Amino acid sequence: MPIAFQNAEGLKPGLVIYLTVGDQGLKTTRDVALAALDAGADVLELGVPFSDPVADGPVIQRASQRALAAGTRLEDVLALAGELRRLRPRCGLVIFSYLNPLLRYGMERFCERAEECGVDGVLATDLPVEEAGPHLELLRRRRLKPIFLAAPTSTDARLRAIAEVSEGFVYAISRTAITGVRRELASDARGLVERLRRVTGLPIAVGFGVSLPEHVAALAEFADAAVIGSAIVSLIESSTPESAPVCVAEFLRGLRTLPHPAGTACGSGRP
Amino acid sequence: MNTQISPAAEVPPGRFGAYGGRYLPETLMAAIEELEQAYAEAGADPAFQAELAGLLKDYAGRPTPLYLATRLTRQLGGAKIYLKREDLLHTGAHKINNCLGQGLLARRMGKRRIIAETGAGQHGVATATVCALFGMECVVYMGSEDMARQELNVYRMRMLGAEVRAVDAGSRTLKDAISEAMRDWVTNVRTTHYLLGSVLGAHPYPAMVRDFHRVIGQEARRQILERESRLPTAVLACVGGGSNAIGIFYDFIPDAQGDARVRLIGVEAGGRGAALGSHAARFQGGSPGVLQGAYSYVLQDDAGQIAATHSVSAGLDYASVGPEHAALHDSGRAEYVAATDREALEAALRLARTEGIVPALESAHAVAECIRLAPRLSPEDILLVNLSGRGDKDMGILARELQLGGG
Repeated sequence: MPIAFQNAEGLKPGLVIYLTVGDQGLKTTRDVALAALDAGADVLELGVPFSDPVADGPVIQRASQRALAAGTRLEDVLALAGELRRLRPRCGLVIFSYLNPLLRYGMERFCERAEECGVDGVLATDLPVEEAGPHLELLRRRRLKPIFLAAPTSTDARLRAIAEVSEGFVYAISRTAITGVRRELASDARGLVERLRRVTGLPIAVGFGVSLPEHVAALAEFADAAVIGSAIVSLIESSTPESAPVCVAEFLRGLRTLPHPAGTACGSGRP
Repeated sequence: MNTQISPAAEVPPGRFGAYGGRYLPETLMAAIEELEQAYAEAGADPAFQAELAGLLKDYAGRPTPLYLATRLTRQLGGAKIYLKREDLLHTGAHKINNCLGQGLLARRMGKRRIIAETGAGQHGVATATVCALFGMECVVYMGSEDMARQELNVYRMRMLGAEVRAVDAGSRTLKDAISEAMRDWVTNVRTTHYLLGSVLGAHPYPAMVRDFHRVIGQEARRQILERESRLPTAVLACVGGGSNAIGIFYDFIPDAQGDARVRLIGVEAGGRGAALGSHAARFQGGSPGVLQGAYSYVLQDDAGQIAATHSVSAGLDYASVGPEHAALHDSGRAEYVAATDREALEAALRLARTEGIVPALESAHAVAECIRLAPRLSPEDILLVNLSGRGDKDMGILARELQLGGG
């Protein structure tokens, strides 16, 4: 499947939703994922929980710990991808992981299984382009799109190298920060997207700190998609497994319409 | 930037055999390139080298003595035992060598804010010391478990003006302190230098930190040749991340041939036993993987999750090991063994009672292997032990474990 940010309603920007798989149990992740897709998400990033997530803030650290305590393994993430692919043939599915769980599983075996499960792309947080060489070959052989992060600190030379090997979309980090919800959208974001546009024709998704309708509205002006991570994970943390899908769907519907609906039983996902 | 960025490059930068590399989030990559460049320039700058050499001599107290431990040698009845006295350096451990080097480098890069991780607190104290010396802001991340067991060093860091931030994540030890320091660096990368304290992490750290500690082996090799007119049978050092070990090993690596071959023996923390989670012996129970920027041996479960570790010594209590050690292990040039908590404690007591030297619990692991090995060798043999730190910081643990209380 191509990864596309063209939802049925034609809403801008596209939405990429990050979920830590296994947080509150695999069934919760599945239910939330389906609810998110039905509420307009274009792409799901299925997060493989890792014991030492150096690029993540407290919200995703806690979610990873809960998912690991529940026994979640890479095999479970792949199986969930397969199920989601069967149920929603058109959505974008990206495996989002730190490198070590993939290495331990075996990169070749992982790529083979990911293709079987209908995964579109793979992003490894701690795999920069210069270390990606041997893995790129395995990914491409299985028609998996290598997706890379671009940061405000990335030099133009680095952005060119990232553009050269990326497929599907480029994930632009809005600020020099770990993941987490923030009140303001970083001013770094627009400049980075402009620099990326000069070196790639791929869609650009902007994430890290994106959590409010105002952020999403701002991103619609210059980015192709917004990545929502910690805000969703935080909502799941403050919900029950039963209420989480409804709360996440409500939150997402509110994201592309100003102002944000208030006074419900759900958390706001706000910073 | 002179760094070639090419995903197709056959030999990525900073490899030791298959190990090492640069596995970092993209946000940090430009900073690591800047550091690599600055380090390369500093290395070629005689003024930088002269200033570092001056500080190592006049401020830190180099060269450190090579001491013949005559009573311990006689008691064990085998090889002649020499101790390289890094414990006599300013701040009480070898860590100051690297901190002075990186401190000068940070100043050169115009970074006025320094962050560091610490396990036993020795690297934290050395970092706080150098920041005080250079007038830099200093934040040290330390696992709350380690803050409790190395309380004295927490006070020393605060005395020196550093802010010590407790890390409550995970096992609350060194690994978690490194993760938290990396998160700080991701956030403040434009103003901050991460003064990493061991031969760990992404390139250029393992090579750079080794270079700053290489002086240990250079001195020791010269000193032993002056005293004995021959090379030692074996060089022993404890290995957590492995900075003191690589520092003393490095100039002996070429001494690999024939009768003059020098054995290099790294001693890991055997903890309470061989079960995963009870020790920090990466070469006994670990396998290759990526943790915190480098590909090396890692203690991990079958799903690639990093395992819990245990050691009585906070400085050895870490799930991975410097990538150059991984390469030395695989090539067979160095051997890696483990000493248990109990063996290290007994070695500390024995060195205190025979030589009047209280070693750090980390260094006591190397002493333990020396005690095991010396009686099996002849008086013609020489063992060179890197006494990487002193044990003042460990008095609380030593008092409890060795029942030194009164009454």
